[in-house]
Amino acid sequence: MTDNNLKIISANLDFYYNDFKALHNVDLKFTKQQVTALIGPSGCGKSTYLRCLNRMNDLIPGTRVDGEILMDGQDIYDPSVDVVLLRRRIGMVFQKPNPFPKTIFENIAYGMRVNGIKDKAFIESHVEKSLNQAALWEEVKDRLYESALGLSGGQQQRLCIARALAVEPEVLLMDEPCSALDPIATQKIEELIQGLKKEYTIIIVTHSMQQAARVSDVTAFFYMGKLIEVGDTDTIFTKPKLRQTEDYITGRFG
Amino acid sequence: METTNPEYFENKAETTTDRAVPKVKGNETEKDITETAAARTRGRRKIMQSIFFFLFRGAAAVNGIALFIIIFFLLKNGLSAISWTFLTQPPMDSMTSGGIFPCIVGTLCLGIGAIIAALPVGVASGIYLNEYARPGLMLRILRLGISNLAGVPSVVFGLFGLAFFCIILKMGVSILAGALTLATLTLPVIIGSTEEALKSVPDTYREASLALGATKWQTIYRVVLPAAMPGILTGAILGLSRAAGETAPIMFTGAVFFAPGKWPSSLLDSVMALPYHIYVLATAGTEIEKTRPLQYGTAIVLIALVLGINLGALIWRSRLRKRLK
Repeated sequence: MTDNNLKIISANLDFYYNDFKALHNVDLKFTKQQVTALIGPSGCGKSTYLRCLNRMNDLIPGTRVDGEILMDGQDIYDPSVDVVLLRRRIGMVFQKPNPFPKTIFENIAYGMRVNGIKDKAFIESHVEKSLNQAALWEEVKDRLYESALGLSGGQQQRLCIARALAVEPEVLLMDEPCSALDPIATQKIEELIQGLKKEYTIIIVTHSMQQAARVSDVTAFFYMGKLIEVGDTDTIFTKPKLRQTEDYITGRFG
Repeated sequence: METTNPEYFENKAETTTDRAVPKVKGNETEKDITETAAARTRGRRKIMQSIFFFLFRGAAAVNGIALFIIIFFLLKNGLSAISWTFLTQPPMDSMTSGGIFPCIVGTLCLGIGAIIAALPVGVASGIYLNEYARPGLMLRILRLGISNLAGVPSVVFGLFGLAFFCIILKMGVSILAGALTLATLTLPVIIGSTEEALKSVPDTYREASLALGATKWQTIYRVVLPAAMPGILTGAILGLSRAAGETAPIMFTGAVFFAPGKWPSSLLDSVMALPYHIYVLATAGTEIEKTRPLQYGTAIVLIALVLGINLGALIWRSRLRKRLK
């Protein structure tokens, strides 16, 4: 693995909510075309960490970051970085499906429109492409101009993935994308992730150890705001180095 | 947007029978305790519930009854005055006959003028307070100011309007001055409803938009405002209907006892207005028997106008809501 394959590197990352230190010294590297799963019990900081990667935490007053996160060698917390452009390069899918109260078409077109694209044919072809990528096109192609809120939960979440893909990001962050979905919808999303990793760097927070084992190449285990252990998913789930990791994945705590 | 969770209302029956029941004292088991307690309180709880629901229902009914009595009273005294002439002609014979057409026009001018002035300022303030302002002393002072503005008696707005718009800004007694005075009165209502409407837009919409590389303003303009629009418009219209019915703020600033002609010719004309006309008829008439039906008739028209505006707002809002779903 050469450095060229590394997409994001976080070094000595500390994160504070006011005086509370939520992340301690997190060092992690994310490789292109790989799925990295962040696991750990509730409140361990894995979602907080994920939201540091696209500076979503900037929106919460009283938060502060120490250390650095490099994306393609550039510190994303550098004052010269345009957060709006950064977020276009790093797509995000949230825990609960959150389509806008607009039509299916407008949901997907939204990201292109806010990024200044006006060409109708371009938007139409990319809406179709993104919906195809998210394996949703066949199901919605006849109702593109109906409200997205009429879709099922699983379809809504795939719509949100398509919406994120439509702005052609380089990295895809997923914050427990299946926690509000039934097993069949979950399976569809997992298959999708497998397909998407050919083109994107994917980082997924999950509460389900089975899911981490099924979809990820690398697994990172967080506990109490610290990165405890990181390694190939196979290794982490079969022979973890640390006792804490083993206890968590075998269900002894958490 | 509203979701009801059926499980929440479902009766979760206690299932004590399957459990192993430990003995407590004597031969009374835990099961006995829960069962006798349930039997003892079952009747009483039901009665308490019906008493309180009855009281609440009564309280709610008082509102409806009050409105009903007002309308009945007005119709009884004033319906005879309502006619085509009454609605389309100016007053005649020292206001003892003729109609109130200029008052209707004047009230609409003042009300619409007020909303045109207040809506952009109020919505912009609401957006600033809810989306941009950082919490702190300044924000607290600002909020205190707005909530106090809402509590200022309307006659004080009238005096303010007279001093500021009519005299200092040299607008005179005019539609412009009256509408602006009504606008200051309506502002807190619009700011408040804008803020409430913005608060009810889920943060997940904002996050989703920002995560796609939208700026804060794009997010507000393209996602948050459309979602909040039904609430904002309702507030605006409620503000309008309140402004349309006010007398004190316009009696020094925009409305006059009598204005010749049917239509005002410019924004600097003074006008007649329904609420002020009622006041005039009720206090300044010399032939009370002749003006009384006209006075009640005017009140009917004013109430119909206000109810009409509110009803329109309701329909408009539900249309907007449907389109969002």
